[in-house]
This record gives sequence, C-alpha cells and structure tokens, in this order.
Amino acid sequence: MTDAPNTNAPRPAAGRAGTRRELPEHFKAYKHVWVAVECEHGIVHPVSLELLGEGRKLADKRGVELAGVVLAGDELTAATTAAAAFEHGADLVYTVTDPILAHYRNETYTRALTDLVNTHKPEILLLGATNLGRDLAGSVATTLQTGLTADCTELAIDDEGSLAATRPTFGGSLLCTILTLNYRPQMATVRPRVMSLPPREPGRWGRIVEQPLALAEEDVVTKVLRFIADRESDKAQLAYADIVVAGGLGLRSAENFQLVRALAEVLGGDYGGSRPLVQKGWITADRQIGQTGKTIRPKLYIAAGISGAIQHRVGVEGADTIVAINTDPNAPIFEFAHLGVVADAIELLPALTRAFQAHLSVNRLAG
Amino acid sequence: MHIVVCMKQVPDSAQIRVHPVTNTIMRQGVPTIINPYDLFALEEALRLRDRLGGEVTVLTMGPPMAEESLRKALTFGADRAVLLTDRAFAGSDTLATSFALAAALAKIGQEFGPVPIVFTGKQTIDGDTAQVGPGIAKRLGLNQLTYVARIADLDPDAGTITVERRAEGGLQVLSTRLPVLITMLEGVNEMRRGSLDDAYRAARAQVVRWSAADAGITELARCGLKGSPTIVKKVFAPQARAEKVQQVPTADRGTDELAVDVMAAIFRTRPTVEEDLLRFAAGQ
Ligand SMILES: Cc1cc2nc3c(=O)[nH]c(=O)nc-3n(C[C@H](O)[C@H](O)[C@H](O)COP(=O)(O)OP(=O)(O)OC[C@H]3O[C@@H](n4cnc5c(N)ncnc54)[C@H](O)[C@@H]3O)c2cc1C
Repeated sequence: MTDAPNTNAPRPAAGRAGTRRELPEHFKAYKHVWVAVECEHGIVHPVSLELLGEGRKLADKRGVELAGVVLAGDELTAATTAAAAFEHGADLVYTVTDPILAHYRNETYTRALTDLVNTHKPEILLLGATNLGRDLAGSVATTLQTGLTADCTELAIDDEGSLAATRPTFGGSLLCTILTLNYRPQMATVRPRVMSLPPREPGRWGRIVEQPLALAEEDVVTKVLRFIADRESDKAQLAYADIVVAGGLGLRSAENFQLVRALAEVLGGDYGGSRPLVQKGWITADRQIGQTGKTIRPKLYIAAGISGAIQHRVGVEGADTIVAINTDPNAPIFEFAHLGVVADAIELLPALTRAFQAHLSVNRLAG
Repeated sequence: MHIVVCMKQVPDSAQIRVHPVTNTIMRQGVPTIINPYDLFALEEALRLRDRLGGEVTVLTMGPPMAEESLRKALTFGADRAVLLTDRAFAGSDTLATSFALAAALAKIGQEFGPVPIVFTGKQTIDGDTAQVGPGIAKRLGLNQLTYVARIADLDPDAGTITVERRAEGGLQVLSTRLPVLITMLEGVNEMRRGSLDDAYRAARAQVVRWSAADAGITELARCGLKGSPTIVKKVFAPQARAEKVQQVPTADRGTDELAVDVMAAIFRTRPTVEEDLLRFAAGQ
C-alpha cells in the first residue's frame, strides 16, 4: 500500500511493473505535439504561449509538427488565438468554434478536446496548469484513459522517444520523472511562468484545421449565469511582474508587511509573501509565492524575512536576481539567493524604500 | 441529503526530510494529517447537512493507518467513515485512484443511500495534481464544479445547484443539476472544532473497512500500479546551484548606508534593473 495513492508521487520505478513494452498497435498512429491554447474573455493566457515554446522543442526533437488547439465561442476569438499560436511556434492550429464554447465549461470543452484527440491523434498533449487547464486535463485524461502528469517543471524526449515529464513531488522536496509508456496521448500540465516565453515571430502563419462540435446547448446541463470580474485592486499581476518584493514571518506583523508594499510600489513592482502569511490573513491567497502558490520569474526578487523553505524556493528559482534579507546567516534562503543581506528587514525595508526613491527622483530630474 | 467527502491522509510535508544518500523520503516520525484542502470540503459538507439535514460520509483510500484521519473527521462531526484499503491499490496514480474511489462511491450509494453531492479538496499537498476529483466525476458521470469559492444556492428538491467558481480574472457563476462533484477552494471557510458529543461518538464509531472486493471491484488490472498509465522513471533531489551567494557586508554600516550599499549591489549584479527602474520612474 502506498502512502501517496492519488498522486504522481514516487511509486516503484519503471522496470518492476512498468516495464517498457511495445506500444499497442492502435496507438502507433498517434503523432505530433499539441498545445491547448487557453483563451478566456478574449485574452490568450501567456502560459499557452510558454507551452508552445516548449512544445516546439519537443516536436523538433521528435521530427513532428506542433499544433495549437483553439476552442472558441466566435470566429474573431478563434482567429486571434490561432494567430498568437502561429506567432509562437505552431505549424498548424485545430479550431473548434461554437457559441457553446464562449465560456469555459467542463462538459463542452472536454467533449471538444476529446473529439479532436480521437480524430487527429496527437502523441503529446500539453495544457497550462491553470484552473481551466487542470479542470479540463483531468477530465480529458480520464475520458481517454491515459496518463497525465501535473505541474511539470521540465519536459524532454527520452532516448526511446517518450515524453519524460519532470515534476516536484512531496511539496518540492524531490523531483520525479514520469513516463506514460503504453497509452496515448502522453499528457502533461505546466504552471504559468515555469517555462520561458518564446520570442514572437510577427506574421508567422500556418494551416488551420476546423472541426465542428456536434453538441446542442439544450444538451449541456451546466449553465454559466454570470461572470464576476475581480476588482482592479484584487488583480495580482504577480506571476508576470518584473519586480517582486515579498515578506515572510520574519516581519512579525501585518502592519510591518506594509513595508513590503511600500517598497514594491516605489519599484513599480508587485508584492507577495510566504505561505504562513496567507494562513495568518496578512495577504490573500493569490499573493502566495511557491509550490502551492504562484511561480514567478521576475528580473528582481527581494525576499524579506523569508527562510527559503523548499516549497518557497521552487516558486522563485526562475528569478534573475534574488535578494534575501534575513537576520539568520544560516537561513536556507542564502543557499539560493544571489545577494544576501544579514539584517533586520523591519529596519532595512523602509531604508531601501528611501534609497530607491531618492536615487530614482535624482536621476529622473537629471534625465 | 447524503453527502460524501473524499479525503486523503498525507504526510505533513513541511516536516519531510530527504535521505541525503538514497534520495528517498524519510517517512519515519513524519506526522500525517488530513490533507488541509480537504478540510474546506468537509466543513462545507457539514454546513450543508446542518442546514438541510441528512448525513455526511467521509471516504478515504489508503493504508490501514488512514483510519486515524477518518476518526478525526468523525470528531469534527462527520456521520460515517469508509476506509478503502487493499494491497491491490498500492502504487495507484491519479487514474487508478479515481477508478477505485468511483467504485467505492457507487457502493456507498447502494449501501447507504444515493449521493447527490460528492466533495473533495481542490488538490492534495503531497501530489498537488488536482486530478482525482475530475477523474471521479467523469467516471460516475457527475457534473463537475472545481475550485468552488461559494455555494450560492442549493435546491435539493429541484435538484439544482448554483456556485461561484474561481476562474482566470474573476468568478464564474455556474448552475447545474445534481448529482455533482465539487472541489472546494482553500480559505472559503474555517473547520469547526467539533463537539464533545462528536468526540465520544468518534471514539466508539465503527469505521467501515472495504477491500477491493468489498467495494465491488472485479477489474483488479485497473487498480494500483497495473492500472496506472504513468510510470515513475526516477526520483532525485533538486540540484544545488553552483553560483554562491554574494553577501553584502553589514559591519560598520548604519541602516541607511546599508540600504544604499544593497541598491548599488543590485545595480552592479543586474544593470538592466536600474534601467528598468529609471524608465518606470520617468513614466510615472
Ligand atoms: C505542502 C506544503 C506546501 C507549501 N507551500 C508553500 C508555498 O507555496 N510557499 C511558501 O512560502 N511556503 C510554503 N509552504 C511552507 C514552507 O514550508 C515554510 O513553512 C514557509 O515558506 C516559511 O515561511 P517563512 O519563511 O515566512 O517563515 P519562517 O520559516 O518562520 O521564517 C522566517 C524567517 O525570517 C527570519 N527573520 C526573523 N525576524 C527577522 C527580521 N526582523 N528581519 C529579517 N528576517 C527575519 C528568520 O530568520 C527566518 O528565516 C508549504 C508547506 C507545505 C507543507
């Protein structure tokens, strides 16, 4: 009996029960790499473009085509989403355009995507690990009875041509590489900001393959009644901010956390924190950085009073420059920070805010 | 209304250590807890029961020791606990897990009455996949509502439910028909303490214990390692970074001086940051 049955976590490694057998005959026709391109309210989710960059590499390695999958409610959305897919590396785009798909619903999207897979047979299918992507991926994998590896941090093609999907497990303490050997497609999700955005090639174009959806609105049980957009002030741009200042328990109080916000504001960045701050209610859950929060890739990350536990580390490792302020010279954060300052963050943060403010205003006047 | 909450006993991963040589998880002495996300699901189920009547059954698949977590759930006020435990489930990935849990749910429906609502947490903290809930829903043909922030309306007689679901940039208000599977978002409620009565009841309660056969599972090839399309090829520790941290000296520095040093060190390390900042300041 495993302790972690419903996970992709360590189980006996391949070779015991999971020996590589010949791929069943009916799966041999499965070819090409697909990326589901997520688009809600007319906005293509950046994670899809990041995945196209990754998918391009996998497709090239396999010597196959890269396809984007676009499920849209109207022609305009389909066209703009397809264009984004082509400009970020897709050779072709499968589109299903139907008013039924205007808003995400599990039923309709699962049906559209599984129909596409069954018709055109991809060997690899990638989705963003967003709420939409995870909801959809879980249903599609179950419907197709195939393997799905969640929240991968690395995708590669192994020597035998299989998708080798690496993901953190046990809260980031370990990594494991997972294969889906005898089933197709091989499915994986990847969180936003884990892969880098491929350069956009304006004007790049490819083939569009349309597929109808044989589903009537009357047959769809779930209805979208309304969409309550987040207030502007609630919209954390954290995952995509160039500069992020974050605080941890070392700040000791919600009042002191304001020092983090003040510095972030002067730097034109966004702010976040470690998980205990969410539990204490100092910050909202969408501001949590790390394994169970957001992954970030800013140019500059300033961590104040954060110990640097593995679960936090995996969310910030993609940052260009990590600056750690911590009173404890032995804090684990100093093992992966680029710049370390052994100091009291409660004193240093306001001083840093003043220093940047002064520097920026002087240089602004000079410039 | 009969509500089932699927939950999982997980190692408290904050306390997990990795063996430095073998790269395996050292489980000895690591306490286990109810997956924290599942508590939001359990509390929501208990609230519905308190309001509408009926009962809450908690279900887990795991080793015999997972019974502890079920008892804990009983002390919070759950009415019945079912432990699905069998060697045949060892090594299950998410697909095999949802197969077994779906079978147990079907059996629960037969034994203890129809189940219009199944709850799970949004994901577990050890696997983090968020796949088991959707897998169960698909197998049982339940309408699926994931990342639910609030149950806005539930009409058991009409068999309808309206929820607010977390989506990109806002909340989707969705209505659907029972039976449903709901995965609850974190932070939406707070687990009750449970009464003394519940504690007494939990101590005496019989946890229903089912093997694969008890749950009516005949296709053992769809369980455990055999029924798992994903194969773990290798497990390894994250690599330490070669680049060493550069410490900003703090001796003999007042706070304001130190701040200027830190700023200078940042600009030295990453000159583009200064350019970006100046551009931002100019644009303000
Ligand atoms: C399943 C799971 C998932 C998790 N996911 C996440 C996640 O996504 N993100 C996350 O962050 N955590 C996550 N955690 C929690 C993680 O393990 C740590 O507990 C957490 O990151 C610690 O937060 P912290 O560094 O703020 O607090 P602490 O570990 O308490 O560290 C506080 C630090 O502040 C320093 N300090 C104290 N006073 C000062 C001062 N005046 N000035 C400067 N420094 C000071 C201390 O030296 C210490 O290093 C997760 C845990 C689990 C089990």
